[in-house]
Parts: sequence; C-alpha cells; structure tokens
Amino acid sequence: MSGLLEEMTAKALRLNIPLNVQLDITYRCNERCVHCYLDHDDHGEMTTEEIKRLLDEMADAGVFILTLSGGEIFLRKDFFEILEYARQLMFCVKLKTNAVFIREHEAARIRDLGVESIQVSIYSHRPEVHDAITLVKGSLKRSVDAIRFLHSQGLRVIIANVLMAQNMADYQGVRALANELGVECTLDPTVTPMMDGNRSTVGLGVDSKALRQVFRDASLVGDVDEFCAIAAESSADALDATPCSAGHTACYVSPYGDVFPCVQFPLPTGNVRQQGFLDIWRNSSQMNDVRSIRLKDLTTCTSCSHVASCTRCPGLAYMEGNMRGPSSQDCEKSFARTGIPSANMLAKKQKASNLVQIRSIPPHSGAVRSGAIA
Amino acid sequence: MTTIYFARNPKVAARSLDGEMMIMSGRDSTLFTLNRTATLLWQSADGRTPLDQVVTQTICVEFDVTPGEALQDAETLVKELADHEILQISGDPIPQPHAAGGKR
Repeated sequence: MSGLLEEMTAKALRLNIPLNVQLDITYRCNERCVHCYLDHDDHGEMTTEEIKRLLDEMADAGVFILTLSGGEIFLRKDFFEILEYARQLMFCVKLKTNAVFIREHEAARIRDLGVESIQVSIYSHRPEVHDAITLVKGSLKRSVDAIRFLHSQGLRVIIANVLMAQNMADYQGVRALANELGVECTLDPTVTPMMDGNRSTVGLGVDSKALRQVFRDASLVGDVDEFCAIAAESSADALDATPCSAGHTACYVSPYGDVFPCVQFPLPTGNVRQQGFLDIWRNSSQMNDVRSIRLKDLTTCTSCSHVASCTRCPGLAYMEGNMRGPSSQDCEKSFARTGIPSANMLAKKQKASNLVQIRSIPPHSGAVRSGAIA
Repeated sequence: MTTIYFARNPKVAARSLDGEMMIMSGRDSTLFTLNRTATLLWQSADGRTPLDQVVTQTICVEFDVTPGEALQDAETLVKELADHEILQISGDPIPQPHAAGGKR
C-alpha cells in the first residue's frame, strides 16, 4: 500500500468510512472452478436500478475503491451500464473476471471507462491443468487472449493464481506467462470454504510440505530468512490493533444485497433492499461486533507466539465457528513459514492426547496388547 | 489574459474524505490528495465556468485574497493538475461526457 493510501485508510478507519467495497453483481458463472466457494444459481439478483441506487449510497458513504466481481461479471447483460454508472460516480473501479468474454471491443470499452485494474484468474500455463480446474475446455486460451487485448489497451492486468494441490507444480510457469504477457501476478495459497459453510473445497489446497516449499522460494518471498523469521514478542500497542480491514474500512455486498464484513466473512449484517447501506455500515450490531475485535481479545491466539505476524483471517475463523478464535488455515501457514506450531495446533494436540490414554495392562491379565484406548 | 476553461478528467477516480479530495490518476494509479484551494477548484471544474469567474465567485469568497493574486495562483495550480492529468484545460468550454459526482 502506498504511503498516501495508508494515510487515507487510517483516516477512513478513524472516521468509520467504508473506503473499499467488493460488490458481486452475480454468482452466475460460465466456468465451474473446482475450488469455487459460490453456488452459481440466480436467487434473485439486484436489478440494474437497485445496483445504481446502491452505488449512489456508496458514493455518499465515502466508498472510493469499488471492486466488481462475481461469478462472472460479464454474464450480466447490464455490466457496462453498471460500470459506466460507477465511473460517473468516480469510483476507483477494479474488476475481477475470468475474462473469457473479453475481446478487442470490450477491452477498448473498459479502457475508455478508466478502470483501474482487471484481475484475471489463471491457474496454470498448461491448458490441461487450467482447464481441468475451470472444467471448461479452451478456457486458458480464451483468458490469455483476453489478457493480451486488455494489455494492448494499456490496462493494468493482474493474474491471480490460487495455489492448490492440482496446480502446485505450475506456479512458476504462471509467473513466466505473466512476465511474457507483461502483466502482474499474485499467488494465493488459501482455498476458502464455501459460503454455506461446506468445507469440502479446503481439502483441495496444498499440504504443509508444499506450503513450506512455497514460503522458502526466494523468487516469491524475497528474503527467505526475514520472511520465515519468528516475530518478536508483541507490544501492548500491537495487541490493541484491529485484525484486518473487514468491517473497519471494507465490506462486501452480494448480488442479493446482503452486506458482509468481507467476501471471506459470511456473517450477515443487513440487506440494502431493506435498509440503507450507510445505516447497515454504521449501525448493524454484527458489524459493530466485528469492529470490536482486538488482537488482545482473541481466544487462543493472544497467547500464540505468532500473534504479531500471523495472517489470521477473522472470516475463516468465523467459518470455523468463532470469529475471535483461531483460523486453522492461517495456523498452518504460520507453521509452514516458521516451523513453530501455533498455540491452536498445540492445544489441539493436547486435546487429542487427552482423548487417547495409553496404560499398561498387568502381565497376569493375559492380554497381549501393550496398550489400550481408555 | 486568455480565458481558461477547466474540467475534471473523466479517467480519474475521486472521492471526498472529510472535506479532503482524494484523486487517483487514470494514467498510472498514483494517488493525490488536494488541499482546500485545489479541492474548491476541482469541485468547480465543470468545463463551462472560466477560471477567472471561479476565482472571484469561489476562491475570493472563501479566502482573504485579492482576485489578481488568487487568479495567478489558481492558474499555476490548474496547470499543475493538468500536468498530472487530473484536470483538462482549454481556451474553449470543455464538453463533459456526464455530470460527474465532483463533490462526493
């Protein structure tokens, strides 16, 4: 984050302004990515007029960065109407798309409307791997062609690569592809549970061994020793910090108007069809509950040696059952990075050992086993 | 003296944060914040009102400054903002593609 943006974010935090909002305009999608956390049905998306009214409210509330995402945003026939309206309101607009529907004409329109950046999901440089994740044959070629169109228009394109067991071997290939295309590339090793709480997708993520390998790749993390170092003991100030921007300067709105603290934090806080956006942002008891969380108040994590450097996501923790509790996926990351188990991992181990007690069986009992589960 | 018309560049992103204008350049995503004078100029940049009129009707009302002094400073500022592609300037009125939310 640039110094000035950091300063503006601090100001927004002080003034309780939602500087950054992700708005999913549809959950419908032309791809069926194996790790996707959404269902792809239309349960009653907001109409064009409802979205425009919401954008007006967001502009009045001080929202500056607006990420339009989905689902696949180009499946909405009114996508350009929404985008044009958002730009009239002078939002800094970022798009997330698989870009399959973007050809020269769409790329030129996006450029003319002054979009800040377009994030395109690419899982591998090899069609057989990428297409096996999207479950759409030919999708890699279409997405890469679109990136070329967008880049040729002078637009900022960011390839987003979600790391899973299925594409673990290919992240360097994706980075090389990004380099060849002249675009940026990000790598995310977190596979999110589905919004309905189904955790089956999490199993698609990389294991600890692979994560350790990624965290020790200097081409990704820079100085490996520094990246993998154990954080110094937390100061009282650090423990008084807020965990992340969710609910503080950022939130998420679904295609149905539901407002959540973050796309990865499915705690319902209100619906813009029934209430004003700013009213939900300022007065929702759930939003205020999220806002009250400080690192010093966390169960388990406050005493963890990783608390100062952990990427603990309160949304993932919420999906595990307690927004003030640990997020196991982040515990795994801290462990892979430093080799030191988190307080949560140690507590789980302790709990498991309390369940299984090994005791000696007296020799005269005639038992042949050396131990038994009590 | 040449009349200067000035308009907001439709490629930028902008939002007022507690009276301070945040502007993101459409060229390279550089973020700027405008001081109070520049914010007033930004809010008045409709492409139709000439700069000297904005100075007398807005800047001189808000600040204790003579019109001549204020116009000179405003011209410098407007040209600087145009160099950063935040504003567009012209000797003729600048048609605006849409009524942008300049005060938000």
